[in-house]
Amino acid sequence: MTQSVAMTINGRRREDHVEPRLLLVHYLREVAGLTGTHIACDTSQCGACTVLIDGEAVKSCSVFTVQADGRQVTTIEGLAEDGVLHPIQQAFWNEHGLQCGFCTPGFIMAAAYLLRQNPSPTDEEIERGLEGNLCRCTGYENIRKAVRSASQAMNRAGAEPTAQLVGSAAAPVED
Amino acid sequence: MAVTSMIGARIQRREDPKLITGHGNFIDDVNLVNMAHMSVVRSPHAHARIRSIDTSAAMASKGVVAVLTAADFKPVIGGPLPVTNSFVADKKQVPEQFPIAADEVAYAGEPVAVVVADDRYLADDAAQLVVVDYEPLPAVMDIEKAMEPGSPLVKSDRPDNIGWDAAFPGGDIDAAFAEADVVLKQRIGQQRVFPTAMETRGCVADYIPYDNRCTLWTSTQVPHFIRLFVGGALGVPESQFRVVSHDVGGGFGAKLRPYPEEYLATAASKLTERPVKWIEDRTESLQATTQGRGQIFDVEVAAKRDGTLLGLKFTQLLDIGAYHGVFSAFQVVACLLGGGCYTWKAINARSIGVFTNRMSTDPYRGAGRPEATHLVERIVDLVALELGMEPAEVRRKNFITSFPHTNNFGLVYDSGEYAKSLDRAMANIDYPALRKRQEELRAQGRYTGIGFSTYVEICGLGPSSATAPAAGIALVESSMVRVHPTGSVTVSVGTHSHGQGHETTFAQIVADTLGVPYDSVEIRHGDTGDTPFGYGTYGSRSLAVGGMAIMASCHKVVEKAKKLAAHAFEASEEDIVVDQGRYFVRGNPSEAKALAELAFASYGAGLPEGMEHGLEAVSYFDPPNFVWPFGCHICAVEVDPETGGVSIDRYVAVDDCGNVINPMVVDGQLHGGIAQGISQALFEEVLYDDETGQMLTGTMLDYFIPTMAEMPHFELDRTVTPSPTNELGVKGIGEAGTIASSIAVINAITDALTPFGIKHVEMPARPDRLWSMIKEARA
Ligand code: FES
Ligand code: FES
Repeated sequence: MTQSVAMTINGRRREDHVEPRLLLVHYLREVAGLTGTHIACDTSQCGACTVLIDGEAVKSCSVFTVQADGRQVTTIEGLAEDGVLHPIQQAFWNEHGLQCGFCTPGFIMAAAYLLRQNPSPTDEEIERGLEGNLCRCTGYENIRKAVRSASQAMNRAGAEPTAQLVGSAAAPVED
Repeated sequence: MAVTSMIGARIQRREDPKLITGHGNFIDDVNLVNMAHMSVVRSPHAHARIRSIDTSAAMASKGVVAVLTAADFKPVIGGPLPVTNSFVADKKQVPEQFPIAADEVAYAGEPVAVVVADDRYLADDAAQLVVVDYEPLPAVMDIEKAMEPGSPLVKSDRPDNIGWDAAFPGGDIDAAFAEADVVLKQRIGQQRVFPTAMETRGCVADYIPYDNRCTLWTSTQVPHFIRLFVGGALGVPESQFRVVSHDVGGGFGAKLRPYPEEYLATAASKLTERPVKWIEDRTESLQATTQGRGQIFDVEVAAKRDGTLLGLKFTQLLDIGAYHGVFSAFQVVACLLGGGCYTWKAINARSIGVFTNRMSTDPYRGAGRPEATHLVERIVDLVALELGMEPAEVRRKNFITSFPHTNNFGLVYDSGEYAKSLDRAMANIDYPALRKRQEELRAQGRYTGIGFSTYVEICGLGPSSATAPAAGIALVESSMVRVHPTGSVTVSVGTHSHGQGHETTFAQIVADTLGVPYDSVEIRHGDTGDTPFGYGTYGSRSLAVGGMAIMASCHKVVEKAKKLAAHAFEASEEDIVVDQGRYFVRGNPSEAKALAELAFASYGAGLPEGMEHGLEAVSYFDPPNFVWPFGCHICAVEVDPETGGVSIDRYVAVDDCGNVINPMVVDGQLHGGIAQGISQALFEEVLYDDETGQMLTGTMLDYFIPTMAEMPHFELDRTVTPSPTNELGVKGIGEAGTIASSIAVINAITDALTPFGIKHVEMPARPDRLWSMIKEARA
């Protein structure tokens, strides 16, 4: 028994028939072919699977695909535009905020949500905002730094992060 | 062509663009046409006899291709998992482990059957339907009880539970103790921990029927090692067996061996004639991926009243788990390094490896060296406390000061300046002010503490002279450097980065050594199909051994390029000068040829008489010695006596890994390493139920991995003492942070609790443990 779902992922609309039990993270990775969203636990602890649903950070391993029906989903693949890195991606690169890179998409998406909520977070607010994400490589030092410097860059640029994250998603593109 | 020094430059990693945009290629991202999925049925018992396995219901389940048990695998997998000698060549017993249990299981999580189905959901569904009839047997969980005569056995076909009992005598220990003014004893534990790479293990096997060819994609630190053993067991020669490992989401030692599932997936692909994927879920990973530490040390130290260290005796009891890990005896290196960076008249160590009904232990970041540092740095603090001396003074008094230094076991420390890093760290943390503040706070009923860790470690595995006793193994490393006709360079290596940034740092080395633009250098690793044989990445060896193999090939290329230049300029080879990739006749630098021009010529007509075409070289490097990074970490903590909670106020580290290729990468390695040591000191512990052998920390809910909020800011600094044993003057940095940090934290906590008369604290120093200790001390 399958159910039909339709959603907009990184600005592209798709429709599929899926089993009701299919997790969103598996749908994104295996049906939509977007393997940048990762899985690192089975108890909603690690945040590697973080995506934005209607602009809000969500652990996609804890959502059924059918629950995302009709929504706008942004994954790590949808963050850079026209070959230009999002300031958060750029900051992770500049500050060596990743080593193996497995946790990184989740961190970047969670940071995107955090900075949209709070464009100038204190270190403590960064820590609280990202406590749902685990990294085993970096000791978090450079992730903290990357988020700080992304926040500065985004404020400097006067960029409204909301627009960058979901703005384009509002106008579906033909496949 | 601007070629300045790339070595030493802080260059952003070229690995990153794909990783930050979601275009990495990790194991679960590998998908093949017609691929089936494997789910592993595991024993829920720590020890049981398998009476029967009924696969009929699973077989009938939707989408199932095959349900396979040991009986099916026996004809296809020829032989057990490997066990290396490591530091104990002469083991008491080496029980064979077949990748899947046939009639008796010896740890919870041991594979008993696999289901192959059209997708992972269907495979998991059917795995639930495999009915295994077990007869539970007593589980042996405590290492000391397991050693007792008459203890139940971990597996019924063994004579006892002892894997090895090895003595390491290092000098006249009785004479050393005879001189002592003080003798102290302490038991020091090293709890089991999960390495917990964020990417779990996994593999995709594609066996081509009727052709005896196979490709195995796997998440590993050691692709060539996997090919050797899995290919060997499956009867596929290396020439037809390709192991590919693209991006690897962390390893930390837990991905440096062939695992049962790699054999099973490959065999399942052969049996089902389909590509087979297996991805470990986290709960499985906690049961079935090797764990770290799991040791107890009983230590005795002899010292003079003036703080001179004399002798050290200790026994390492090591929890092997149910079967030897492939490298479990590597952790015995703790015995050889137990003396740390100090001079001792004698050290006498013994290691006893004990089987229990748990998953195997194997190297975890540092593997034996964190244990050694933890024990000797703890002991030095106990001596200081006993004698009423400053911890830094006891250290300074006993530091090894002249190099090369041969330690009590004949290992030769290459270079070091231990007092320098200690002084620097004390200055950076402003030690006198910190002590003064500690006194003031104590008067207010607040408990702060300062902990030292002055460490030295051994890495760069390994000189064949030292590794030969391990079954004739030579842990050399390899490289192939190929300059293409228009000057771009492909470098293939036998090491395999899993987050360390080799594609960047190795390219920095090549750019400088060949004098070519950094961007023209491509580093390949992880695919046995296009890299020379190498032992892989672990033990902080990739630069000191692998980097040197790259240098060797670059030198050969330069030699040939000189010949080509001499020919082009019609000069003698001796008159050719090479300066940053420009080749010219001495005295005439304005008429120079770049390496790219010479490369082009090397593939064309008109070569010198007898010269072969092309510009490339292959090299293997066997290091003359290990390399010995060192440093000093100082941690400042406050303990809340009402809750037992610890907060880290400062963490200062001064490390020396010799010359640095890319400071940003080195700092990153330190951050992550220090974090793992802190985490072991404060939080992590694998717990099994003592009676049933069930794992109590079986999910990430129950096993605490720290988040950003628990990790302090790290204040790093370094000194540079090049290694005299390799041309680059490099040592290693992948494990140093972990090797140093657990004891800096524990010594700080112990220091904070001295007013309560507490002299020793075990790991993990969780609030409940500290709170109970303080409560008991107050009573
Ligand atoms: S996979 Fe770990 S939180 Fe989703
Ligand atoms: S970079 Fe490896 S887990 Fe975060």
